[in-house]
Amino acid sequence: MAQANHDALQALADHIAGTQGAAVVSTEVAFGELSVTIHSSQLEAFVQFLRDDAGCKFSSLVDITAVDHPEEDPRFVMVYHFLSMYQNQRIRVKMGVADGAMTPSICAIHPSANWFEREVFDMFGLMFSNHPDLRRILTDYGFRGHPLRKDFPTTGYTEVRYDEAQKRVVYEPVSLVQEYRQFDFLSPWESAKYVLPGDEKMRDEKKA
Amino acid sequence: MMDGKLEMNAFGDALTGEQRIRNFNLNFGPQHPAAHGVLRLVLELDGEIVERCDPHIGLLHRGTEKLMESRTYLQNLPYFDRLDYVAPMNQEHAWCLAIETLTGTVVPRRASLIRVLFCEIGRILNHLLNCTTQAMDVGALTPPLWGFEEREKLMVFYERASGARLHAAYFRPGGVHQDLTDALLDDIEAWTWTFPKVLEDLHTLLTENRIFKQRNVDIGVVTEDDILKYGFSGVMVRGSNMAWDLRRSQPYECYDEFDFKIPVGKNGDCYDRYLVRMEEMTQSILIIRQAIAKLRIEGGEVLARGKITPPSRRDMKTSMEALIHHFKLYTEGFHVPAGEVYVAVEAPKGEFGVYLKSDGSNKPYRTKIRAPGFLHLQAMDHVAKGHQLADVAAIIGTMDIVFGEVDR
Repeated sequence: MAQANHDALQALADHIAGTQGAAVVSTEVAFGELSVTIHSSQLEAFVQFLRDDAGCKFSSLVDITAVDHPEEDPRFVMVYHFLSMYQNQRIRVKMGVADGAMTPSICAIHPSANWFEREVFDMFGLMFSNHPDLRRILTDYGFRGHPLRKDFPTTGYTEVRYDEAQKRVVYEPVSLVQEYRQFDFLSPWESAKYVLPGDEKMRDEKKA
Repeated sequence: MMDGKLEMNAFGDALTGEQRIRNFNLNFGPQHPAAHGVLRLVLELDGEIVERCDPHIGLLHRGTEKLMESRTYLQNLPYFDRLDYVAPMNQEHAWCLAIETLTGTVVPRRASLIRVLFCEIGRILNHLLNCTTQAMDVGALTPPLWGFEEREKLMVFYERASGARLHAAYFRPGGVHQDLTDALLDDIEAWTWTFPKVLEDLHTLLTENRIFKQRNVDIGVVTEDDILKYGFSGVMVRGSNMAWDLRRSQPYECYDEFDFKIPVGKNGDCYDRYLVRMEEMTQSILIIRQAIAKLRIEGGEVLARGKITPPSRRDMKTSMEALIHHFKLYTEGFHVPAGEVYVAVEAPKGEFGVYLKSDGSNKPYRTKIRAPGFLHLQAMDHVAKGHQLADVAAIIGTMDIVFGEVDR
């Protein structure tokens, strides 16, 4: 069963790579799922192809999101998930997007992309060209910053409270009574990369 | 002509006050009982007809996805109860399946059956709430009173299994937290024989009720084209004569060995979706009975003993390694191999998915929660356009919006 599924996905990957060779960077089948990495300039044509091609028929957009890798270039990876109810197949489309770059909106092809792209804009600050209504969606009215970027602190920058004197809700910079408790329990023998006191001696020894 | 234009008419006559009519902008919510939570709709009305509907969401945004990035996989599990708090365990299920796929864990058979059992209880919890409160939105008071009594019984089953009525944290990566007692199985089964009577009563209250039909038939019609365009799932699809159910089409857990039918509607209106939900409850009852019959035969573990699950209590008393394992599991947590996976389950509201990207550490690098209600609410403008203001409440109800999952 798993092998048959793998073969079907591999055949689909070959079909896509064969017909859309200019757009596809790589394909991968892992955990019973097909991931296709594409050039970001080809997004609209590729999504259109996925929707209309008789062998694909990925007519439902399932999800759009992004992943932030601050140390990589390009910094962001946009991730699209599509579903074909007719072929009973799923596909993941990925592409790299640099910070500040414009991504073409796919609202014209899948109207359901509208809110997903607004969410990506809100959470990551990525811009979409030709989007009908690119506003913030989940954060507060007048919110600043993009929370799901890795350099945005989990506590945020502002806090709200009701001010009895002014009779309204006021925004203030976050003041924590105690530091935000972020424990790191990683095993020092396995994956943690601390610099423990005394480690520098070992480095010095190696140099000498 | 009530076209919202203020300028003079074609003949250049002076307009009387009565003719000088503008479109009316109305704020619906955020604190409106029919908004099912904190939904703010900015409605543009032409008389009583909705011309434009702009949902403002995010009033219940808690930053779940951000918080999850700084917590271990196990600590993140209870966040899923708080998404769709109407059927908590179905959400946990997606999270557990995502972790199990990445780690390659095989769930013991008994745990798998227990999961199916409680997922179906969750489905009934959800549909009971939805059908009856949607009826309340269109003017009936008795259905929620009767339906909530049954929900209460189901929550007691939740409590007897997990210790919590609502935020259960019962499904764990690798199985379920505790085994069920035989007494609980007996009581759940006894309930499955009394519940059909309540469903029948609800049918007599609503199904042929004139007011209920006038408010729901031909309201919020969804076509196959809309479904594809707006990414609908769950009952929103099945109400429109498309037999799409992930339990059947992409079976997860052990749903492929259960005998159940997938009800579909014909017209894709609110009334058909109500009927589909009612029938789904009947089908869930059948699945629950089958699951209980299988659970009576299947014994054994309910957790795949290994790195991602705690050792048994008995081992901890005698084995040093087990004790260390227990300590490390609940402080450091387990590590998930690097990779990415998208796992979807057929939650009562539709396709609930989790996109999990792991970097090999003890915390998820990125989690995206794909809530069905998010897409359904997005189509609100499209579905509600041209309906009357009063129908907006019926449409919100039939879309089955819960803000825990929409706003995350």
